[in-house]
Amino acid sequence: MEQRKIRVLIAKPGLDGHDRGAKIVARALRDAGMEVIYTGLRQTPEMIAEAALQEDVDVIGLSILSGAHMSLVPRVLELLRANGQEHVLVFVGGIIPEEDVPALLALGVKAVYGPGTPTQTIVEDIRRAVLATQGSAV
Amino acid sequence: MQMVEAILAGQRLALARLLTLIENDAPEGWAMLDALYPRTGQAHLIGVTGAPGVGKSSLVNQIARALRHPQDGEPPQTVAIVAVDPTSPFSGGALLGDRVRMRDLSGDPGVFIRSMASRGALGGLAPTTAAVVQVLDAAGFKVILIETVGAGQAEVEIARLAHTTIVVEAPGGGDDIQAIKAGLLEIADLLVINKADRPGADLTERALRSMLELGYPRGHHHPEEWAVATTQPKETWVPPILRTVATEGKGIPEVVRALRAHADYLRASSQWQAREQARLKDILDHMLQAALLARWQAGLPHGFYQEVVQRLLRRELSPHQALEVLLNQMPIPSAENSRLVP
Repeated sequence: MEQRKIRVLIAKPGLDGHDRGAKIVARALRDAGMEVIYTGLRQTPEMIAEAALQEDVDVIGLSILSGAHMSLVPRVLELLRANGQEHVLVFVGGIIPEEDVPALLALGVKAVYGPGTPTQTIVEDIRRAVLATQGSAV
Repeated sequence: MQMVEAILAGQRLALARLLTLIENDAPEGWAMLDALYPRTGQAHLIGVTGAPGVGKSSLVNQIARALRHPQDGEPPQTVAIVAVDPTSPFSGGALLGDRVRMRDLSGDPGVFIRSMASRGALGGLAPTTAAVVQVLDAAGFKVILIETVGAGQAEVEIARLAHTTIVVEAPGGGDDIQAIKAGLLEIADLLVINKADRPGADLTERALRSMLELGYPRGHHHPEEWAVATTQPKETWVPPILRTVATEGKGIPEVVRALRAHADYLRASSQWQAREQARLKDILDHMLQAALLARWQAGLPHGFYQEVVQRLLRRELSPHQALEVLLNQMPIPSAENSRLVP
């Protein structure tokens, strides 16, 4: 019997050491029935892209609180394209100044979540986005 | 079969994709595995099991590193890692966290790590772990490390999948009665006491050693002989007890040496063939059971099975009577010869 699960990589690129938000999101996605690969702190974009490839994930959630999002996120997206994984949906959470959000979305990020976002919003967004891509792929 | 070609050419995205198809039980995935199967049988399959928190992932990380960067003149070997974590029985979701301890391996094209959720299987592995391992074997990885979910006493399925099983203990894990209970310790080809810098390592080692003395009485009067078992194939393999501090890499060269010695022992003693046969028969048995059950259940009238379960719940039927009701409703071929109804 064929059964699909949404696979999500939760990663923390860069040098800040606060992973509480990432863990809360990981836990919420798990409780929503997804398979969440958690990679821990201080990941380079290269490590994230490599893990996304080996794990063949549908979604990457990047948690960034260091302020380096405008260099880290484009690098991750670039590596995904280089690996043939442009179909992977990228979401960003953390402390992202309002004025940077449009730029990230223009790069291809699906959504940007700030502090206080209900986890249910994230769960539903991911589910809808994955369904949409799988629908178009078939 | 373009994907099969791509996998054999070393394309990692194709490999990752096929593993997903296999995990999802997709028919096109099985067809590709059929094509790859003749190329399997090359890898040394090493299982790593033990209770939650004893350091399985850290140990796997260090073993993989040592195999990639041998200090003793051996050639480096390509390594695949399959790390299984439990699926929640409530949500069906899973948090797969073994990669957190394997970040040292990042950036090495000779290493491929895949996390798997157990997806309802109870033996410490996922339903498709055996098939995933076959794909990695066919893809050319020379060593495949399979890390089970944090196991209790009876999650021993790994011993049937792997050629060599490492059982990892940590100090303070119980007395010598725990050590002679059936189950996990019985399947060990190597016993590793990880976190050996912590108090209680001596006690743990003593408990394990006394367990081995009961199992291998020949060595009873000469325990020092056991050290030889790791370097020279003997008639019976006595599991060596090794101490490690995986987070610091201590004791890892000894573990790698013992793994090689065990592979040599298996090959020299024809145990390799015997284990291969038992392993493949076991995989087939499992698939057959699942397929027969699914077909049989599909032949029952809609809702019949649920109704029997409800009668069981209301205490109208005992489990044994329920079995009879089910088999009478939907007889299996030559039921009189089968042992389904004892």
